[in-house]
Amino acid sequence: MSRLREWLANGLLITDGAWGTELQVRGLPPGTIPDTWNLTHPERVEAVARAYVEAGSQVILTNTFRANAIAMHGSTEDDLDAINRAGVALSRHAAVEALVFASIGPTGKMLLSGEIDSEQVTAAFAAQARSLAAAGVDALLVETMSDVEEARLAVDAARRTGLPVIVSFAFDSGKNKDRTMMGATPESVAEAMVEAGADAVGANCGVGVEQAILICRRLRAACDLPIWIKPNAGLPTMEGTAVRYGPSAEFFASHYAALRDAGASFLGGCCGSTPEFIRALVSAQRATL
Amino acid sequence: MTQSNGLYDAILNGDAKKAHSATQDALEAGAAPLQLISESMVPAMDEVGRLFEAEEYFVPELLLAGRAMRSALELLRPLMTAAGEKLSTRVVIGTVKGDLHDIGKNIVGSMLEGSGFEVIDLGTDVSPEKFVAAVEERKPQIVCMSALLTVTMPVMKTTIDALQTAGLRTQVKVLIGGAPVTMQYAKEIGADGYSENASGAVGLVRNLLRVA
Repeated sequence: MSRLREWLANGLLITDGAWGTELQVRGLPPGTIPDTWNLTHPERVEAVARAYVEAGSQVILTNTFRANAIAMHGSTEDDLDAINRAGVALSRHAAVEALVFASIGPTGKMLLSGEIDSEQVTAAFAAQARSLAAAGVDALLVETMSDVEEARLAVDAARRTGLPVIVSFAFDSGKNKDRTMMGATPESVAEAMVEAGADAVGANCGVGVEQAILICRRLRAACDLPIWIKPNAGLPTMEGTAVRYGPSAEFFASHYAALRDAGASFLGGCCGSTPEFIRALVSAQRATL
Repeated sequence: MTQSNGLYDAILNGDAKKAHSATQDALEAGAAPLQLISESMVPAMDEVGRLFEAEEYFVPELLLAGRAMRSALELLRPLMTAAGEKLSTRVVIGTVKGDLHDIGKNIVGSMLEGSGFEVIDLGTDVSPEKFVAAVEERKPQIVCMSALLTVTMPVMKTTIDALQTAGLRTQVKVLIGGAPVTMQYAKEIGADGYSENASGAVGLVRNLLRVA
């Protein structure tokens, strides 16, 4: 049995919620790359991790979403290595018994437009994966992907560490909001990621918790891998200059059973979700035991 | 128009090489550059836009069509310059201050360029002052602003206000876009238009130029 399946032996694991918005609450200015705070404001980054552990997260991520050489071009190799290692150390320090999965986000550039080539993408992801693995994470999470080809390169690079690799896509486009920005469907994603050798596949971000149930079901039907689900708390709206996310933690958590039944193995929240959302998910899980 | 159907198909299929050779063939057969643009290229991009709206095309197809369009324009531009003809609608585009996201902005820029507009890309994290300076110096007809983050959206209003203060607001049409942006928000902050996606942005620019 793979390590991932062992962790899931007792059923669904609750992950964490959003990091970016939590860091903003703690003073991260707009335009500052959150990952840089691993070095400049480590105590505040650790506070986010701790808030999720205290809320009951059984898996927490690291603040390393953008820490690859393409997304953070201009940073030196040593800086990126330090940011990635610090990210793991901060989450690990807060984790207690929670598992720590390292976040690897997209490059932010498109292979198809010719801005970057596959060698650059592979090099960037491989370097990040090495730093994260060396710092001692439990698994690597390639997340918020929209391009199957970029995800394939990231999964390849991540697998070289020997750690379990989870890959998650953002389905937010198309009439039914069931495609990635690049047009990939849950079925095409599942097939390609099984082929790439991912240990789990999933959906994060997207358009909210109700949509995530439909996506989860389709991923479940399309492959045998464990499914990772982290929906947005809903699309943000502006009230004056303040940002409001639609649904409440209770509304979000009321979909717990539906997501579990749709086949989710890992469940948490993306943009706009807070430790309160995780607490509500944990209560919903306890209520069904 | 038979001689340029190859060009129409090449753009629709996103085949840059064929677009280039079909353009060459059409020119050799005596087609005029402006005629190729209006009879083959613009209709092809319109069809690409329609297919995108219908969700038969996604971002990859948009990008490839834009690239095919550019490879045809590369051949036509020098001829048009020599003949004293111009496409020259100038668009200044950028992601607003505090926001480092550029995929959406790049897609819109590429589509506009593919549709024959001159695009000046200011990049990401563009301050209101930088937008104002670009409008002053480059004299575009259109300014496009992008924001992916709800926290950076208000900078769009700050930038429009800065254009107003600089006395430049009436010289340009301001378009906004990005995931959290809505038509209602565009109206609230006094933008001239909003589009949900890149192909919509091209149509919007064309419409604004028509009425301008």
